[in-house]
Amino acid sequence: MISDPHPPYLHPPYASTVLRAPSQHLVAAKLDPEAVELVDPVYGHQTVADLDHDLTRRHGGEPLGERIIVTGRVLDEDGRPVRRALVEVWQANAAGRYSHDLDRHPAPLDPNFTGFGRCLTDDEGRYRFVTIKPGAYPWRNHPNAWRPAHIHFSVFGTQFVQRLVTQMYFPGDPLFAHDPIMGSVPDPSSLIAAFDLATTEPEWALGYQWDIVLRREA
Amino acid sequence: MAGTPTPSQTVGPFFGHALPYPEGPWAVPEDHPDAIELRGRVLDGAGAPVPDALLEICQPGIFGRCPTDPEGRYVFRTARPATYISMLVFARGLLKPVWTRVYLDADDPFLATLDEPRRATLVARLEDGFYRFDVRLQGAGETVFLAV
Repeated sequence: MISDPHPPYLHPPYASTVLRAPSQHLVAAKLDPEAVELVDPVYGHQTVADLDHDLTRRHGGEPLGERIIVTGRVLDEDGRPVRRALVEVWQANAAGRYSHDLDRHPAPLDPNFTGFGRCLTDDEGRYRFVTIKPGAYPWRNHPNAWRPAHIHFSVFGTQFVQRLVTQMYFPGDPLFAHDPIMGSVPDPSSLIAAFDLATTEPEWALGYQWDIVLRREA
Repeated sequence: MAGTPTPSQTVGPFFGHALPYPEGPWAVPEDHPDAIELRGRVLDGAGAPVPDALLEICQPGIFGRCPTDPEGRYVFRTARPATYISMLVFARGLLKPVWTRVYLDADDPFLATLDEPRRATLVARLEDGFYRFDVRLQGAGETVFLAV
């Protein structure tokens, strides 16, 4: 049993942590029932539309790449589903390029792919996205550095303190051993989705399953 | 079935096309009776602005989200808090976010538990029509971050 599953702030192999990791000890805050960290973060000003979960249908044409379905459940530590949780995802396109002004990777943009989606979990805590498999991409952390293919996930629980931003990886990626971000956590296996033939849709898309576990309510 | 929480990973530099939304910084309407404006910068251990941070604030019934600009600046319009504003900062180089609190009033039991030089990092300063709250991630004047 790992007591703290999260990465440390300072992880020098990931160079950007060196000037951004806090150097002082965190101050333990006792969260009484009135603590603001325990309120339910409201995001009702943004309504989730029907197609927000399908990243392949946001433009006039179909994006290039391998179409995939990524689904799983958002659970708490006790295995209870987190219902009506907002799940936001973002990712690079099939060529490993983000639709972002500051991404300088000389790989093509895809006019049919922005790489952003969101959905609300259902009664079982399940989310489901249709997208394309993102490509690996280079970064300047160290010589010949490449990030393994991943999808960024942002999840809200029912208390602000459950807030989680993380990344999902694809099984069998040879870049795992070279990635200091994935390697910053005690057990990276929990960040890797499982290929699932039952989720795979014939003649259409490969399926992956990945469950997300939030800390229990405080 | 119990499970271990999924580990955090950095928000990375490329969330700008995904997470920010136009109303994000304007957490309450302009005519809200208790509206205040909160502005500040996010700075790294060298005192340099962090241009790729994402801040979220939470209060009862209120949520706001704002990315920093190239000078590391953010802005929120929110309501004067009964106690404090809970603030979460994500950024490239933060493998997990930092939790802090924005107090407008230094007279608070939690603040009283902190040593004086550090206590001041959690108290926003009233300037010309807005409150200033800078987040220093590391080093001199480092903001108090919480284990929650």
